[in-house]
Formats: sequence, structure tokens, C-alpha cells
Amino acid sequence: MSWWAVLALCVIAYLLKAVGPVLAGGRELGPRMRGVLDLVPVPLLAALILTQSLSTGRHLVIDARLPALAVAALLVWRRAPFLIVVLGAGATAAGLRALGWSG
Amino acid sequence: MPSIADVSTTTLDHRDKVSRNALGIGIAVGVYAVSFGVLSVTAGLSPAQTCVMSMLTFTGASQFAYIGVLAGGGGALAALGPAVLLASRNAAYGLSLTPILPTRLRDRMVASQFVIDETTAMARSQDEPEDALRAFKLTAASVWIFWNLGTLIGAVLGSGIGNPQTYGLDAMFPAAFLALMAPQLRRPGAPVAAISGALLAVILVPLTPVGVPVIAALAGLVPGVLAANGRRR
Repeated sequence: MSWWAVLALCVIAYLLKAVGPVLAGGRELGPRMRGVLDLVPVPLLAALILTQSLSTGRHLVIDARLPALAVAALLVWRRAPFLIVVLGAGATAAGLRALGWSG
Repeated sequence: MPSIADVSTTTLDHRDKVSRNALGIGIAVGVYAVSFGVLSVTAGLSPAQTCVMSMLTFTGASQFAYIGVLAGGGGALAALGPAVLLASRNAAYGLSLTPILPTRLRDRMVASQFVIDETTAMARSQDEPEDALRAFKLTAASVWIFWNLGTLIGAVLGSGIGNPQTYGLDAMFPAAFLALMAPQLRRPGAPVAAISGALLAVILVPLTPVGVPVIAALAGLVPGVLAANGRRR
């Protein structure tokens, strides 16, 4: 397997990360712009949560990850510590799969 | 929602909590990194390439997308597409973090490498700018160390570890993102942005290449901002 694509991904990934901090660095942003930027991660995180729970490649699937997400939501709502939320979700999926549920 | 007890907790408690959360997400990332190392080696990358990718690319979803295409029989160029698309959300994260990052250009260039899902979510869940920068640094250090340690272990273990799904590793990431997103839902317009972004992404999963749905979810900002402005009036 060639190195060029691996290194190309490294360079592109860095440039994308640096666009904001390096090009827009040090400039004052208006309160309206800040309000919008504060919201940016929310829809992306929400999309990551649902797509990583409900899809395999380009297929929508319901499997052990969905009940695991429900357990995680319950734990977050009950204000459980971060690690408990993560391990609780992992244990739910692992347990359901051990019981033979593959969705 | 915060209770009276939360409001009265001391700053020290809060700082401890940030350190604990940074360590917690680092460990979760490390566990997942082991599976990345294993899958990457079985997909055809060498252990050296796998470790370099984790150190320099340092954005997990893109790395998984890359080796996923390779494992499915795609070439290096085909693998780059979804990986770059997934990485492009870091550009949005970088913009949202700009107000809290250090002002010196050299410091910003270093900090840029660590602009990822976990550091952004941890930083944005803080109310004060200096707490946000501290949360960013702690999470960056924790995630980078555990991500690369886990990758190395996985790459060396190779395929001997079995199927990572047996251990529910794939269910841990959505749970981690949920725990990180929850405090941010208090911002005006955030619930609307979250729901519309997530629904749009799910609808697009069967229709677009891998990586596009998460980026398209940015459109959830529009109803989110409209809802926030409507509430302010």
C-alpha cells in the first residue's frame, strides 16, 4: 500500500483544521456571528450520533447500537458520569450481541 | 438542566470534573483506537502507515472511512474522498473555536492539529473562555496520547483480537458524542439545530456518499438560528 495517499490525507486534514484558527485568528467576532459559531458543533454532533447508531456504510440498519444509544440517553438524562455513559452503551451492545441479537 | 446544587459547586470541583472528563474520553478513544489499529492492518496498511496516520491525520472518523474503503476493495484515491469529506467538519469546528484559542500565530498553528470532535465539544461545553481553552488542551493531550497508544497496540496485535463489535466498541462513540452534546443543548436554538441536522443526515445516508450526511447536517444551523432569533424577540 502506497504512502502518498496516507500523507495526502494527513496534509489535507491539517489544512482543514487550520482554516479557522490561522486565517481568522485574532479577529473580533460580532455577538451574532459568535452565536452562530457556538451552534456549529451541535447539528454535526447530533448527525454523528444518529448516523453512527443507525447506518453501516450507506445502509440504514437497526441493530444493537440503537438500544445502546437509548441506554446512553437514559444515563445522560440521569446525569451519570461520562465514562459510565460510554461503558454502559458498549456493555448494552456487547450484551445484546452475546445474546444473539444482531438486528 | 442544572439544579441549585450544581450552581453552588466550587470552581475547583468544576476543574476536577473537566480533568476527569478529559481522561474519560481519552480512555474511550484509546479503546476505539485499538480497533482502528487492528482494522487498518487487516485492510492492508502497514503498522507504520497506520501509526503515522493516527499521529498526523488525527481525526478518527476520517481514518475509519479511509480504511473502510480500502477493506471494501477500493483504491487509495477512492478512499481519500469520504475521508476528506468527514475531515471537512473540522474546518467548521476550527471556526467555532477561534475565539477561545491562543492569539499567537505559532500557537494557533499547533492548536489547529487538535481541532476535532472531542476537543471542540469539551471546549464548547465550558462557559468561560479560559475554562474552554483549558478543556481544549486537556482533551487534546488525553485524546492524542490514548489515540496513538491504542493505534500502536491495535496495529501490533493485528487480527488476533477478533471482532471489535463483540465488545460493543462501535456503540461507544455515539454515546460519547451524546454525553458531550447534551450540555450544549441549553444554548438558544440548539435543540432545533440538533434535531433538524440529525434528521437530515439520516435521510441522506442512503442517498449520498459516506461522509456527506454529517457535513450536510450543518444546514440544521439555519432553523436553529431562526429559532434562537425568534425567541429573542
